[in-house]
Amino acid sequence: MKLYLHQVKTEQLVYWRSREAAVFTFIFPLLLFVLLGSVYSGHIYGVPASQALLAALLGYGCAMVAFAGLAITLVLRREQAILKRLRATPLPPVTYVAALLSSTLVVFALETVALFLLGRAVFGTPFPARVGSVALLVVLGSLCFAAMGVGLSGLIRSGEGSSAVVNLIVLPMAFLTGAFGPTHHYPRFLRAVGDVLPLKYLVDLSNAVYLHKHSFWSQGTAIGVLLAWGAAGVVVAFFKFRWEPREA
Amino acid sequence: MTAISVRGLRKAYGPLEAVRGVDFDIEEGEVFGLLGPNGAGKTTTVEILEGYRRRDAGDVSVLGHDPERPGRDFRERIGVVLQQAQLWPTLTVRETHAVFAGYYKKPRDVDEVVELVGLADKRDARVKTLSGGQKRRLDLGVALVGDPDLVFLDEPTTGFDPAARRAAWEMIRSLRALGKTVLLTTHYLDEAEQLADRVAVLREGQIVRIGTPRELTTGDNEVEVRYHRNGEEVVVRTAEPTRFLHELTSEALARGEELERLEVRRPTLEDVYLALVDEADE
Repeated sequence: MKLYLHQVKTEQLVYWRSREAAVFTFIFPLLLFVLLGSVYSGHIYGVPASQALLAALLGYGCAMVAFAGLAITLVLRREQAILKRLRATPLPPVTYVAALLSSTLVVFALETVALFLLGRAVFGTPFPARVGSVALLVVLGSLCFAAMGVGLSGLIRSGEGSSAVVNLIVLPMAFLTGAFGPTHHYPRFLRAVGDVLPLKYLVDLSNAVYLHKHSFWSQGTAIGVLLAWGAAGVVVAFFKFRWEPREA
Repeated sequence: MTAISVRGLRKAYGPLEAVRGVDFDIEEGEVFGLLGPNGAGKTTTVEILEGYRRRDAGDVSVLGHDPERPGRDFRERIGVVLQQAQLWPTLTVRETHAVFAGYYKKPRDVDEVVELVGLADKRDARVKTLSGGQKRRLDLGVALVGDPDLVFLDEPTTGFDPAARRAAWEMIRSLRALGKTVLLTTHYLDEAEQLADRVAVLREGQIVRIGTPRELTTGDNEVEVRYHRNGEEVVVRTAEPTRFLHELTSEALARGEELERLEVRRPTLEDVYLALVDEADE
């Protein structure tokens, strides 16, 4: 337990100290929220546009922090042999992974709080009516996306390529799944692609819980699909994750 | 007490046999050097002992543990400097030491270790601002902060300038003074000669010679005799220097000649080493 807390603290220190990563994954969704919120007006899904965008960008924030950020960090640490170095210490691998996931959860929880505060301050969006459901969404989202992020890191070979590969996945996914705004006017084909991606279900969940004030537990489909994607991430991670650099 | 015992160690990567039957023992408190050219199997051997790789065959005991089943106790007692590992670039020297200290049950005092590896004036500097030599010292500090009994150093001075190498050597000598057992790999001969109590020369996955640096050079009695005759250098290697010199000098005296630039030289460790590793190419 002491080791776990020590490692969570270490992960937090490393995350906030490396400005580029923190800006890229933490600030970017907030910035996008302000920009999109300023150009969309009127109503979406029968609610003010800024509220709908907040719910959507909550999903994008999760994809950035837990999926993109974690995958890039892990590839870099692997290729720089930081992971290999840690393996020689008494820190158990299970504790390391648990601390990494917890730290990701902390960052995404802070991101969520920042989104709601920013929305309130800039656009006057309300705080969520169902705080417990939003908290559950944060936990489920960060765990499932982090699992996929760990899995993805096992598929990326080089440190230089990691942020390109990750962006190539995250940006189109966000666009197709409504994380940048509603998709009902998209061609049917693009919507069909979006319908199989995990971010769609996180955005759906976010819409249901925040915009429509549904309970988290009433969203069985979204929870099920997210868990399935998370499980797929765990399976890929199990077979592909490496502690040591891939020597060419 | 024996810190490391290796018997019949073998490891292949596909068709490539990296380690082909290696035996050696390292006593507690000893500084042991694994010397050999690149690709001789040094790193593979060390990484098996560190618990990174599985062996194909052989018996290995490190501090009484089988490194294939490295428990917490094993990890508590070893310190590792990898050939090329980086640490978090944005943390400071002190923070990095403190992070690693937190992994051990009985760490050394962080500031003391920072001081020991000569980074006291850099303690609040970010890791990314350190020079190559300073980064290696950070690696060493991080390996020592858990107060290990056994320290693995894989090519600790590769890429150093001469001044940084001497500084690193001083530090490795200080490990001996602390009573640590050290396993050091290097492809620099002078490094092995300077630092190691005993050296094993590895070539193509096998130990071709093992002993103290002195034993390696005095293993045979061969000397090299050089002199000049009619302006040309003559070099003779002989295992019977007494008889050879007697005959050579008697002959010269009889002719009333002086042997110009006469020199009798024992082979240096370098001569022995080069002869050992060159045999492969012949």
